[in-house]
Amino acid sequence: MSWILILEQSLNGLQFGLMLFLLAAGLTLVFGIMDMINLAHGSLYMLGAFLASTFVQLTGSFVAGVLLAVPATAALGMLLEVSVLRTLYARDHLSQVLATFALILIINELVRLVWGSDASLPMPAALSGPVELVPGLRYSAYRLVIIGVGLLVAFLLFVLVTKTKVGMLVRAGASNREMALAMGVNIKGLFTAVFGIGAALCAVAGSMLAPLFAVQVGMGENILIVAFVVIVIGGIGSIRGALVGALLVGVVDTIGRAFLPVLLGTFFQPRVASAAGPAIASVMIYLIMAVVLYFRPKGLFPARG
Amino acid sequence: MKRSLPLLALALAFPLAMQALDQLFYVSFASRVLIYAIAATSLNLVLGYGGMISFGHAAFVGTGAYVGSILVAEGVTSAWIGWPAALAVSAALAAIIGAVSLRTRGVYFIMITLAFAQMMFYLVNSMKAYGGDEGLTLPQRAELGFGLDLGNEMVFYYVVLAILALTLYGLHRLIQSRFGRVVVAIRENEARVEAIGLPVYRYQLACFVIAGAVGGLAGALLASHGKYVNPNVLHWLQSGTLMIMVILGGVGHLWGGVIGAVALLSLEHLISDYPIPWLAQLAPNYQQHANLGVGIVLLAIVLFAPQGIAGLLGRRRRARA
Repeated sequence: MSWILILEQSLNGLQFGLMLFLLAAGLTLVFGIMDMINLAHGSLYMLGAFLASTFVQLTGSFVAGVLLAVPATAALGMLLEVSVLRTLYARDHLSQVLATFALILIINELVRLVWGSDASLPMPAALSGPVELVPGLRYSAYRLVIIGVGLLVAFLLFVLVTKTKVGMLVRAGASNREMALAMGVNIKGLFTAVFGIGAALCAVAGSMLAPLFAVQVGMGENILIVAFVVIVIGGIGSIRGALVGALLVGVVDTIGRAFLPVLLGTFFQPRVASAAGPAIASVMIYLIMAVVLYFRPKGLFPARG
Repeated sequence: MKRSLPLLALALAFPLAMQALDQLFYVSFASRVLIYAIAATSLNLVLGYGGMISFGHAAFVGTGAYVGSILVAEGVTSAWIGWPAALAVSAALAAIIGAVSLRTRGVYFIMITLAFAQMMFYLVNSMKAYGGDEGLTLPQRAELGFGLDLGNEMVFYYVVLAILALTLYGLHRLIQSRFGRVVVAIRENEARVEAIGLPVYRYQLACFVIAGAVGGLAGALLASHGKYVNPNVLHWLQSGTLMIMVILGGVGHLWGGVIGAVALLSLEHLISDYPIPWLAQLAPNYQQHANLGVGIVLLAIVLFAPQGIAGLLGRRRRARA
């Protein structure tokens, strides 16, 4: 277990954490501002990946394909908001869970009808090789690009939320929705815009991760739960919380999976370690969440005072 | 309660009719529906009466399923040991999960129950000795003794029906009792109950544990029924499905869980097993996309019948009166 290996896995964790952040940011805004549980957020992530795979095939260029998939997914997200989700804001959480669960079923089957059960989105050839970061550490160029894109999008989101008028309205909505309404904020338009932004972020994460994971129906369901864990750890409605939570979850999950079996192996017999290691590693992020909620029932950075 | 007698008669006669028609498949199918009805009814106690939106009920059903299965696989085939054990282990698990989760409120409660269920899902996934992610196939169903062969579909059906009837009667009595009134009062206004001086946390925890225990029993039945169990019984989509049954049937209605289980499973079965000629002509393999129909029906129910099916029936009855 050399430091190079640790550095490599930390970079992997950072890369996964940043992509989680893109998913969680949209989710936490929808959750915090509209007080809406959107289980279908993972479906937008899936749609983004499938759309990207089609656009990349059509244009022959990875960059162009992703750049087309992002606005397309945003448009689909806004369409979804205007047609169905808008009517759910005033309803209780139970109805929202049921309705968005139904949307998962519907979107999954529609994707299966259009694309089939899976699609392929190969890594751009120019980025498929490794680069030597420091002597002895050869790291995947594509993963570095993901980290770069993640940092860039996170920065843009930060500027959008803290420096622009839209961002001000979003923050006002997240900290006190009724007050924002009373001050004459166009909540309807704001909600649709926020949903579009969330969907666009989903598409970025979905299409960037697609070459690493499989593009298949159901890909959104597991990562959705991880994104929920992130925003609950961070505090619902808080972008800063989502960033901290996402990096924490990304790094802990990746490092845990890589090193826990080895670490346990130094204390227990190999047979025990190889059985318990992966189990504990996959449970760890949920354990962190339970511990955080036990001590801070509203997450690390509560958005509402 | 009196109105339930015709329904009971119907449920008693159903397998006899199916046997006469030589359709034993439907007896087995009905057993599955009734088991899900027990699970959904137990969730309804927490969700509907207690007002606690637990998104991790599959943890209890799944744990019960695994406890029952592991005992059978290890040679302890008596249902008199296996089922109470499933009940007890699920109750203990619910006590632990509830004790932590009930410190949180609202969305955080939803998410923490979900997180615990995911933990159980991954733990079971890594139990290589009992099949890991491939699941565990059982050589036989549990044994009840007294000359009752649970391997016989008819006998199994009636045993499950009896347990469901007991569950419903128990729920009915529980809600009428002082305990039930307090639990419902907490749902309506937690601050007032607290102000009266009642220990809100303890009441909620007790309610959570009872529901978890019954869920575990349903799980043991489910594993016995299919003679197979795999980690997917603990997946969050399973928790979601149980919630949907409750919401579909009617949150906080005595019959909500039963109606929801019957409606959802029948709908799934109808769409995937009974081709509609004109639709099949339009889209030849539409039955492979049964979930599309299920999703659309669910969405329509949320948008147009917020009180669930029980609410629809109740409204019509009131309108007539």
